[in-house]
Amino acid sequence: MKIEEKLYGLRWKHDKQSHITVTDDRLCRERCPSEWKRPCTTFCPANVYNWDGDKIAISFENCVECTSCILGCPYRNIDWQLPRGGFGIEWQHG
Amino acid sequence: MAEQEQFDAIVVGAGPAGVAAAITIARAGLSVVLFERGERPGQKNVMGGVMYGRMLADVVPEFWREAPIERVVTDERVWLAAADSAVSIGHKHVPPTVEPPNAFTVLRVPFDAWFASQAEAAGALLLPGTTVVDVLREDGRVIGVRTGRQDGDLRARVVVIADGANSFLVQRAGLSRPLQPDEMALVVKEIIALPAAVIEERFTLEPGRGATIEVYGAVTRGMAGYGFIYTNRESLSVGIGALISHFMETRVTPWDLLEGFKSHPMVAPLLRGGEAREYLAHAIPEGGVRAMPRLFDNGVLVAGDAAMMVNNLHREGSNLAMTAGRLAGETVVRAVRAGDFSTRTLSAYQELLEASFVLQDLRKYERLPELAARHPELLHVYPALLNEAAHEMLTVDGVSKREKQRRILRRLLAERPWWRLLRDAYEGWRAMR
Repeated sequence: MKIEEKLYGLRWKHDKQSHITVTDDRLCRERCPSEWKRPCTTFCPANVYNWDGDKIAISFENCVECTSCILGCPYRNIDWQLPRGGFGIEWQHG
Repeated sequence: MAEQEQFDAIVVGAGPAGVAAAITIARAGLSVVLFERGERPGQKNVMGGVMYGRMLADVVPEFWREAPIERVVTDERVWLAAADSAVSIGHKHVPPTVEPPNAFTVLRVPFDAWFASQAEAAGALLLPGTTVVDVLREDGRVIGVRTGRQDGDLRARVVVIADGANSFLVQRAGLSRPLQPDEMALVVKEIIALPAAVIEERFTLEPGRGATIEVYGAVTRGMAGYGFIYTNRESLSVGIGALISHFMETRVTPWDLLEGFKSHPMVAPLLRGGEAREYLAHAIPEGGVRAMPRLFDNGVLVAGDAAMMVNNLHREGSNLAMTAGRLAGETVVRAVRAGDFSTRTLSAYQELLEASFVLQDLRKYERLPELAARHPELLHVYPALLNEAAHEMLTVDGVSKREKQRRILRRLLAERPWWRLLRDAYEGWRAMR
């Protein structure tokens, strides 16, 4: 089963503004490929992070707020903030 | 907000720790605000699915008459798995009555909504849909919180931080160093719907009773972690997790890991015909007592996942959170009565925790997180060898049992030289004694 299918059934209340930013794109471009191979593109359980050839593209709408990326980026280069009150993932079962 | 609106206490986070604290404070007749960033309590909350009765009954006596419990756990199993086999151990207890229940399964969305309603009934003011972004400080003490709302500052005599794993407020309040990726696990799970009768048949259960299975070994693909299957009334909670540091190194995706677990030949037949209803993910504290923040400071207390209160070996967390929340609440009541909110009075919280199972259990396993992080192979080598040994002894092929013993010993020493065996045994004993 693909991750897209798993995410398909989930519910969010989407904010217009992203709660996630990459602080320094150069780290993702220059250092991370050889040192870590961009682990955010594999450990994020909601596939939020993808390399678009130039920078990390952030699909913040997919974020399920597990907070792993705060610790999982080897350079602490992901600025992940809590979504505004009432926004973000809404689990149906938990 | 105006000065006269000061509350006795602010609790941040309507999970097991925060709600237990809010109930305890409100019942003592004090004013307490309970902040929750979800629109309704429970909407943001995830766990494997097992809770414990004693610590909940300490907060809500006779909870089992009304709480949305899925199944009372009477059958607990552990599987040590290889690729296509497992050695199984377990304990089943079939008492005539299960009230009060020792362990039971829940789904957090309905459960947390019910639990938070108990705090409201006790007089706490629940403010959902509100993210707390910072603590307010004055003269070196915490005097309130800043929310994401306009004019969203609110003052209180004490703030109880219970905002969950990877706590933002613990960091903002300067109570902890930054956490490391080997101090937190990432867990993914699915809710898989099946009829109650099918679940009871497959897991050999009486109606309303439940089973838990934890699976160690090959299923985590070289990472430190485990898989689990918990029975709900009409669904299974099926999940697997590992340290974030190991996900970073192995580059296994969490959803591949989950799909691999679900298709393990021991697991797949239990799920057959089930329909996936929800895919969930969350971080779980793993660092134990060595990764704990300071639990109190002037005007502030920390409880639950925010304070790394998880005993992973025994898959306990919500019960530690409820007890810590209750003790934080009792400490707040004591502080209000004494009119002192400095560390002099709030240090009672630490003393209460030290005297309880919460810190005593976490101290017992103080070395375990580091051992698992450094030697994830222990969780694979030994289950694999155990499966080989069982398979060898159970295969009736005319080879004498003594020769089979020799083969098993040779296999063991080929995999793990005798000095490694001794070291593993010593380190394992030291981490768990």
